[in-house]
Formats: sequence, C-alpha cells, structure tokens
Amino acid sequence: MKKEKKQVRDLAEFLQAECLVQGDLDREIQTGYVCDLLSWAMARLPEGAAWMTVMGNLNAVAVCSLKDGACIVLTDNAPLDKNAESRAETEGICILRVEQGAYETALRLGEWLREEEK
Amino acid sequence: MSALTFRYEVPGDDFTRAGEASSDVKRKLKQLGYSPEAVRKVAIAMYEGEINMVIHAGGGEAVVEMDPEEIRVTLRDQGPGIPDVEKAMQKGWSTAPDTVRNLGFGAGMGLPNIKKYTDELRIETEVGVGTTLYMKVFA
Ligand SMILES: Nc1ncnc2c1ncn2[C@@H]1O[C@H](COP(=O)(O)OP(=O)(O)O)[C@@H](O)[C@H]1O
Ligand SMILES: [Mg+2]
Repeated sequence: MKKEKKQVRDLAEFLQAECLVQGDLDREIQTGYVCDLLSWAMARLPEGAAWMTVMGNLNAVAVCSLKDGACIVLTDNAPLDKNAESRAETEGICILRVEQGAYETALRLGEWLREEEK
Repeated sequence: MSALTFRYEVPGDDFTRAGEASSDVKRKLKQLGYSPEAVRKVAIAMYEGEINMVIHAGGGEAVVEMDPEEIRVTLRDQGPGIPDVEKAMQKGWSTAPDTVRNLGFGAGMGLPNIKKYTDELRIETEVGVGTTLYMKVFA
C-alpha cells in the first residue's frame, strides 16, 4: 500500500542525497523553498518546507527549527559547519546534501511532490 | 495567576550561540501547551530580537513571562541605541557589517518581522544608553 505522507526519508531517497544529519526522517514535506538569505528565510520559510540553500551554518539550522521547516537540503555540495551539524542533531533537523544546484533540485522536488499526490 | 518567568543572558561576542534562548523558549511554550501559532510567533520575534542584540548591541538580557492569556518578551541591551526608530523599522534598512551579511543576516528584515509576528511591540531606545524591546503575543 502506498504511504500518504511524503516524508523526509522518501525525499532523501528520491534525490539520492547524502544524509549528513538524520534528524527527523519521518517529518512530512509539504512544499519547498529556495533562499540563501537567512533574514529572508526567517520571514518567509513555509512550515513543512524542504529548504534548499547553500548556507550550512548554525544560524540556518536555528532558522529552520524556529520556522518549523521540514529539512535542509544543501545544494551545490555546499559545506556544513561542524557546529551546525551538532546543533541539527540536537534540534532534530535532517540535513541532506546534493550535487545539483537549487534550480535543478527544486525542479525534482516539484516533480516528486506532484508524483506522489496521484 | 502569576506568570512563569524565565531569564536568559544573550552573549554579545558569540554569533554562533544566538538563538539558544529563543529555541529554549519555543520548547517550553510547546511543552506548556500553547497554540502552535503563538509558539511560532514568539519564537520568530524573539529570535530576531536576540540576533539584533548580538549583531548591533554586544549582547543583552531576555526576560520571558508566560501567562495563560499572553506571552511577554522583554529584550534589554546596553548597546548604542537606535537613532531613528522609524527608519530602523523600514524593510531593508540596515547598518549590519559585511561580516554579518556573509552569514546571511543583515537584510534589514528583523524589526519589520518582529512587528509582523507580535500583537504588541514597544521600543524604548536612547543613543549611547541602550535599547529595550517589549513584545507581546496573545496566547
Ligand atoms: N538592539 C539594537 N541596538 C542597536 N541598534 C539596533 C538594534 N536593533 C536594531 N538596530 C538597528 O536597526 C537596524 C534594522 O534592524 P533589523 O530590521 O533587525 O535589520 P538588520 O538586523 O538586518 O540590520 C539595524 O541595522 C540597526 O542599525
Ligand atoms: Mg536584525
């Protein structure tokens, strides 16, 4: 039987992403968001979004957690700071990493979100 | 009923620790059963205020009071103060240095964001003395 929810673990598999921090793999993904400006994301990151960014720092983790984002997807193989990694573990935020840029990744996310709806 | 009160030091020199107080408050509010909407509003507004204290004021103090009807957050610093509050409240207005911008902050969205996510906001500031933000979010 097909699962109804689109979870972080499924996205990780679909994108064949590297999983840097497991966090909450059961978290449901409702939408996506692309942004590298943390102030901007602070204002606009939607709840339950897979957030595609190159910002692998501690403050990005804090923003994702405070805004209830579903996970962070580091695009373009962007680096993840060590302290950001441990913060994500504490906050239960999953961090994935892909080689593609934000545009390619967002296209695939969109495809995946629609595909599973049927 | 008397409010539950929590106090936090916000360190001024350590950008990496900014957000610890708001994360803790978020957790507490959740545990106490406040509505997700109220929790979210407080967390976002407080985080922006915390970041501002770190970037612009060399740190400060946060006091959070949790009542059944409302949550009050007071952020007090002894920083440089804000010469023109009206200007500071405008979207995009910022005096943040490049080091902060490189981290993804300093877009001048903080104060407008605080305004947006609080039910009441009062700013007391004096140049050379410091700034205090009084925020209120209805439960
Ligand atoms: N606590 C503070 N102490 C001194 N100045 C502040 C403080 N908070 C905000 N400001 C001033 O107001 C401006 C706008 O703040 P904000 O909207 O949060 O944008 P940003 O922090 O991105 O610059 C800041 O650039 C700064 O000049
Ligand atoms: Mg700010």
